[in-house]
Amino acid sequence: MRKKNKDITYKEIFKTLLKSVREFKREAWLSMFFIVLEAVIECAMPFIMSNLIDTMQNSLSNDEMVRTVLIYSGILVVMAFASLACGIIAGRMSAKAGVGFASNLKEDLFKKINTFSFYNIDKFSVSSLVTRQNSDVWFVQMCFTMLIRICLRAPLMTIFSIIMAGILAPNLFWIYFITIPVLSSALIFIALRAMPMFRGIFQKYDKLNESVEENVRGIRVVKTYVREEYEKEKFNASSDNLAKNFIKAEKLVALNAPIMQAVMYLSMFLIMFIGSSIIVKTTTMQDGKVIADLTVGNLSSLITYGAQILMSINMFSMIFVMFSMSLASMKRICEVLNEEPSIKNKENPVLEMANGDIEFKNVSFKYSEKAEKFALEGVNVKIKNGQMIGIVGGTGSSKSTLVNLISRFYDTTEGEVLVGGVNVKDYDLKTLRNNVSMVLQNNVLFSGTIAENLRWGNKEASDEDIKKACEIAQASQFVEGFPDKYQMMIQQGGINVSGGQKQRLCIARAILKNPKVLILDDSTSAVDTKTDALIRKGLRKTLPNTTKIIIAQRINSVEDADFIIVMDDGKINGIGTHEELLKTNSIYQEIYEIQNRIGGK
Amino acid sequence: MKKQKPAIIRIFLDYLKHFKFGFVVALICILLNNLGAIFAPLTLQNIVNALTSWIEEGMNNGALSDPAELLNTIRESLTVLAIAYSISVAAGLIYSEYMAISGQKYMNLIRKRLFDHMQDLPVSYFDKNSKGDIMSVYLNDVDTIRQFISQSLPTIAMCAMTFIIVFVIMLISSLWLALIVVVGSVAMFLVSKHIGGRSARNFIKTQNIIGKQEGYVEEMMNGLKVVKSFCHEEESQIGFDEINKVYRQAATEANQYSNILGPIMGNIGNILYVIVAFVGTLLYVLNATNITITQVNKISIGVIVSFLPMVKQYTMNINQLAQQITSVATAIGGTNRVCKLLDEEPEKDDGYVKLVRGKYDDSGNIIECDEKEATLWAWKHPHSADGTVTYTLLQGDIRMFDVDFGYTEKKVILHNVSLYAKPGQKVAFVGATGAGKTTITNLINRFYDIADGKIRYDGININKISKKDLRASLGMVLQDTNLFTGTIMDNIRYGKLDATDEECIKAAKLANADGFIRRLPQGYNTYLTNDGANLSQGQRQLLSIARAEVHGAPVMILDEATSSIDTRTEALVTQGMDNLMEGKTVFVIAHRLSTIQNSNVIIVLDHGRIIERGSHDELIEQKGTYYQLYTGAFELE
Repeated sequence: MRKKNKDITYKEIFKTLLKSVREFKREAWLSMFFIVLEAVIECAMPFIMSNLIDTMQNSLSNDEMVRTVLIYSGILVVMAFASLACGIIAGRMSAKAGVGFASNLKEDLFKKINTFSFYNIDKFSVSSLVTRQNSDVWFVQMCFTMLIRICLRAPLMTIFSIIMAGILAPNLFWIYFITIPVLSSALIFIALRAMPMFRGIFQKYDKLNESVEENVRGIRVVKTYVREEYEKEKFNASSDNLAKNFIKAEKLVALNAPIMQAVMYLSMFLIMFIGSSIIVKTTTMQDGKVIADLTVGNLSSLITYGAQILMSINMFSMIFVMFSMSLASMKRICEVLNEEPSIKNKENPVLEMANGDIEFKNVSFKYSEKAEKFALEGVNVKIKNGQMIGIVGGTGSSKSTLVNLISRFYDTTEGEVLVGGVNVKDYDLKTLRNNVSMVLQNNVLFSGTIAENLRWGNKEASDEDIKKACEIAQASQFVEGFPDKYQMMIQQGGINVSGGQKQRLCIARAILKNPKVLILDDSTSAVDTKTDALIRKGLRKTLPNTTKIIIAQRINSVEDADFIIVMDDGKINGIGTHEELLKTNSIYQEIYEIQNRIGGK
Repeated sequence: MKKQKPAIIRIFLDYLKHFKFGFVVALICILLNNLGAIFAPLTLQNIVNALTSWIEEGMNNGALSDPAELLNTIRESLTVLAIAYSISVAAGLIYSEYMAISGQKYMNLIRKRLFDHMQDLPVSYFDKNSKGDIMSVYLNDVDTIRQFISQSLPTIAMCAMTFIIVFVIMLISSLWLALIVVVGSVAMFLVSKHIGGRSARNFIKTQNIIGKQEGYVEEMMNGLKVVKSFCHEEESQIGFDEINKVYRQAATEANQYSNILGPIMGNIGNILYVIVAFVGTLLYVLNATNITITQVNKISIGVIVSFLPMVKQYTMNINQLAQQITSVATAIGGTNRVCKLLDEEPEKDDGYVKLVRGKYDDSGNIIECDEKEATLWAWKHPHSADGTVTYTLLQGDIRMFDVDFGYTEKKVILHNVSLYAKPGQKVAFVGATGAGKTTITNLINRFYDIADGKIRYDGININKISKKDLRASLGMVLQDTNLFTGTIMDNIRYGKLDATDEECIKAAKLANADGFIRRLPQGYNTYLTNDGANLSQGQRQLLSIARAEVHGAPVMILDEATSSIDTRTEALVTQGMDNLMEGKTVFVIAHRLSTIQNSNVIIVLDHGRIIERGSHDELIEQKGTYYQLYTGAFELE
């Protein structure tokens, strides 16, 4: 039920999040149950203890005293063991439930993000997706665990304790009706005041850490311009500023404990003061026995209950703070979970692709509905199966956007893109993308061996296939120069191979798919011209039936293409062969001229 | 290195050094705060004793006596209690405020000290340690110190004091019963050591797994578009699920132990309570002799009744202390990493040759003068042997003689490199990745120090030049532009802090950056964040050229960008660079050969050795490696 309004209600947030509890529901309920049980026992204990003390004081004979003490002791021991058992079970269950919930949440997030289209990914940005997956989930986990451990327990303890206090001393427990509201309102007041302060502080904190990061990253620049002292001053100033704000907020929060203590002491004092006078006033003798509205033992139990009540309220205020602090995290996670992938499989999709014919029919595209400007406008192009096509144009001329529509990373706003005579929207996404192989501009290798990386293209590829693909991509030579050859480990981000090597491995990976359409989006920029030419020659020779589209900065990367598309500002500026464009197209001429000028003159 | 005290002790002592007085006051306040906790049972005991004896007396006499005296006693006790409570609350207020504030202040201090120290570390430190590791000191570790100081420290102090006081009172009440409590607390200690230790170990394990998981997520998210284009979603999910399973196990384990510690400790306390009650009753019934540290008497019900709440108090204390195990363990880890960074050796600067403003006097000698009359920059070179000072004109003449260098002693990267660049000359380095191009430039500005050989700047050995002045005389445009948060104007001015707006704009014009800057809605006041993420790569480069232009050093080091910027912007960048290089000594690390053909010297490097040198035409004529590179037979990167 996603409506246009940005603010999802809290109810929706909880509903969405709690879906991830799944198989740990049992643990969550059990843990709550045992925690309640534990709380009940814990509340009953002071009651028995008070009876024990009374027995000691009022027993007429030693025999009777030993007997009753023994009975009460026995009860207490049983209770202690019961409470221990409950505590252990609840502890285990809540750990299972809390961690289980968090790991399910992580899994759900990961799964959801995997269904995202490029549009969704761009909308959230990669770094924010990572944050949501990590620290936000952690906050929510903390909150959930607290919730199942304390949320029932704290109010129950309060209620039980009040009831017990009421039973023990009906004429005294009204004191709590004064102290509880006083404490609660003080704690809530502090929490409400402190929260916005902390929110501001965390933003400042982030900024400060960003500036540290900037310095770590740019240390060479700092040292080159001898700006160490300048940076120190800058940092000191913002660190001091942060500390000032922090101290202001902490001062407020630090009031919590003393207020709590003051209220606790006040109620203890009142209990003793009023309690002892009640005892003195109401105690009478009847038939040699003492009768009183309040016994001495009751008095000390009452104090214990008092402590329990106030402690519970304190815990409650802690949850309150914690909860409201993690609301932002919850919201952020929900945003991801509730995001509809903008590109989905159609019902009864086409599962076969006939050939690599491509046609753009009156295609226009903008990245968001709100954008005023079209990124692509009125594109009409027909590419025949097996052709090799070049695309050139300046930054921002939408070269990449154009090819992204072919593998349906984005959907057209107007018009349609046909591959093999079928609208790309009608294909099964897997069919489409396995047949349209794309080497992206910012290409990525993953940690693992070279062979593992290449098998992304085709899980079943034999060593022979891999070698062959590498040969076409002109990668086999350097790979076989590595000591471990195809088993060499690529480090995260592919930092242990050079830019040109990375590009060629990515091309090999795409070739392994044996696609009907192969798109190279500026994928040979770090490869030298000769190798570049060899790759193109290899592609022509070994993949004659694959449609090949090459986006390039360099004219010589596309000059032997069947035809070249010149893009400018989201429109096709010219189509033709190298020779034709050199004659007719001014943009093409300009690029050609700059690149063939002898440098520096 | 000397053997040092554990980091957490060092940090604690350092904290004491700064907040000695306040901390002592806080400790006293903690002690006073305890008074409340201690007076409560004592007063209760007084009142209970008074009431009990009044009732007993009544039972013995068959009638209750006049309660006036009793009420008096109670009133006195309550007055004492009220005073104690007031003092206690006031003291509590003082110490909790103080610990919170001083914790923040100390964190700020440590943070500033870390940053201060970090700025003085050599570049090699940043090359050796990952950005993530360094950042985590600021992001996590500093805060563990604050938590230790403002939360754990007072709790521990409080518990320790209560512990001692309650124990002493126990000894005063009854040695026998105290003995039971001692046995019980030994048991509690052992349990908390066992379970707490397990919990801490598992939390560390969990932390590692979370690190791994974060790494995986980051990798997959960064490559998400590739994942999508290869329909690799399922495999990536399977990989994630595997790590997630391990995480689930370890985290469940860790949380379990920490969750059950409380109930176990609490119930040992309850059992202890029962045992004390029972044994106390037995002692009373058997009329046993009670020994305390002050006297020997018969045990009374009053003693037992007052003893019991103390048992509760005492065990609650141990429980609280046990709950601190995890936070102390985190603090130990945090302080270790903080101290490690603070212990890193800072970059030494023992150069004594300084850069000064100067002018020619009438006889044509350089003399030092103030900014206003200065016409030139000069190296001021004091000679310790004869106490004289010579001045050398800053020109930008760089020479290297037989330089050897390796980042580690074992692996030599540069062998026998000799080269010169006269003022105004352009020297280009060409070679494969790892051939040593960047390394050479790292040596000129002394980011690293050479192992053997000599480098001279205007005839002066660069080891004698103060590093700051040496670097001030070198400009640099790197591949990574590294812009800073601030306006565009701020970023250009980074090269020279006292540059006027006009100077900055002039530099931007020269760097070809003025055009795009003016087209931005806020022009030079456009605020940049996150390394200028809102600008294109080419625009960032233009800015970094402008920055170097404002800096105005006579020697420039240029590391050309490899990433593809479109041809038109590239033309702007190339032209901007050309303007920047005008009249300067320039070292270019070339990634494309088209831009360096007009260099005075092209130096071809291979595995740290110079294999060819000469002008473009000479090298083409030689038909060697450069020729092959130029014709595309070899790949550059």
